[in-house]
Amino acid sequence: MLGLAADRLRADTNRLLAFLFHQGILDEQFLQLQQLEDGTSPNFVSEVVNIYFHESEKLLRNLRSLLMDREFSDYNKMGIHLNQFMGSSSSIGAKRIRNVCVAFRAASEQNNRAGCLRALELLEHEYCFLKNKLHELFQIQQQRALAAGVRYPMQN
Amino acid sequence: MGMAAESQFHVLAVDDSIIDRKLIQKLLKTSSYQVTTVDSGTKALEFLGLHQNDTINPNTPSSSPNNHQEVEVNLVITDYCMPGMTGYDLLKKIKESSSLRNIPVVIMSSENVPSRITRCLEEGAEEFFLKPVRLSDLSKLRPHMLKTKFKDQHQKQEEKAAFQSPKQQKTEQNLQQQQQQCNNNKRKAIDEGLSPLRRRTR
Repeated sequence: MLGLAADRLRADTNRLLAFLFHQGILDEQFLQLQQLEDGTSPNFVSEVVNIYFHESEKLLRNLRSLLMDREFSDYNKMGIHLNQFMGSSSSIGAKRIRNVCVAFRAASEQNNRAGCLRALELLEHEYCFLKNKLHELFQIQQQRALAAGVRYPMQN
Repeated sequence: MGMAAESQFHVLAVDDSIIDRKLIQKLLKTSSYQVTTVDSGTKALEFLGLHQNDTINPNTPSSSPNNHQEVEVNLVITDYCMPGMTGYDLLKKIKESSSLRNIPVVIMSSENVPSRITRCLEEGAEEFFLKPVRLSDLSKLRPHMLKTKFKDQHQKQEEKAAFQSPKQQKTEQNLQQQQQQCNNNKRKAIDEGLSPLRRRTR
């Protein structure tokens, strides 16, 4: 019974990952992170991703408050935030987010405020989507770990 | 007599991004290196024992007591784009320092800018890695660290020999020959493993 549950969970993981890769939401770098996970750091991926979430939310808040300011003109500062966001997104394999950052940066370099606002909304949307999907992924993996940890009474 | 146990190489990683520090630390540990991470060039120089006031003094011998390193660092790997002191500035300071210039330095950058790459290599960087850095990139590090260690050992032995009696020198020579055998075997392995491409561009 539990063996079937483990199989189903594994299939769920693979389906979710396949979807994320196929849609270009994640790229190969995410796989690199998974490969680094081992006995000494079994939660490496979720640790890195949680740091990414924390940093990203800070950056998104900064970007929004910059653009919401009616006196806004510091495109340079915005560029710095964007570079950080681009870098960290690239480091965890968040390909789509990174690409939106590139477009955002282009608008910023042209001092195109309307373009920046549009890019920011898209960025917030993509970020939300990714966060939900990765939480889903971690939940499945937690369930798998639990399923693997349960012993059949007879076999003890 | 067997080879002395090889102590781990110690790498100093410099990056202002917390995610990239966590990543590079994991990559280096997986590659069996001892790792220290810092978030700025200034902290890197502090760790290396170089203080900001130090200037280049051509008369200072290589083992100057002023620049004594607390911990031996075998390689510095640094991000290029950092606020304040960039990776390039850090590279320059290391190469200008009489006590630190032999430490191999590797630069990482998320942007593929050929002029940037050239500038770093010309300033003495051993490698330039594009981010995100992969485990396979790190396999290029060991030859640089081994080369420096071998050069340092050789230098120290020469300095020692200058102060020794003939009898001491003979004992030293025998030990050296044994060491040479071990190193020659190692170097053969390195030579075979070295890829023709030192620089990675995309």
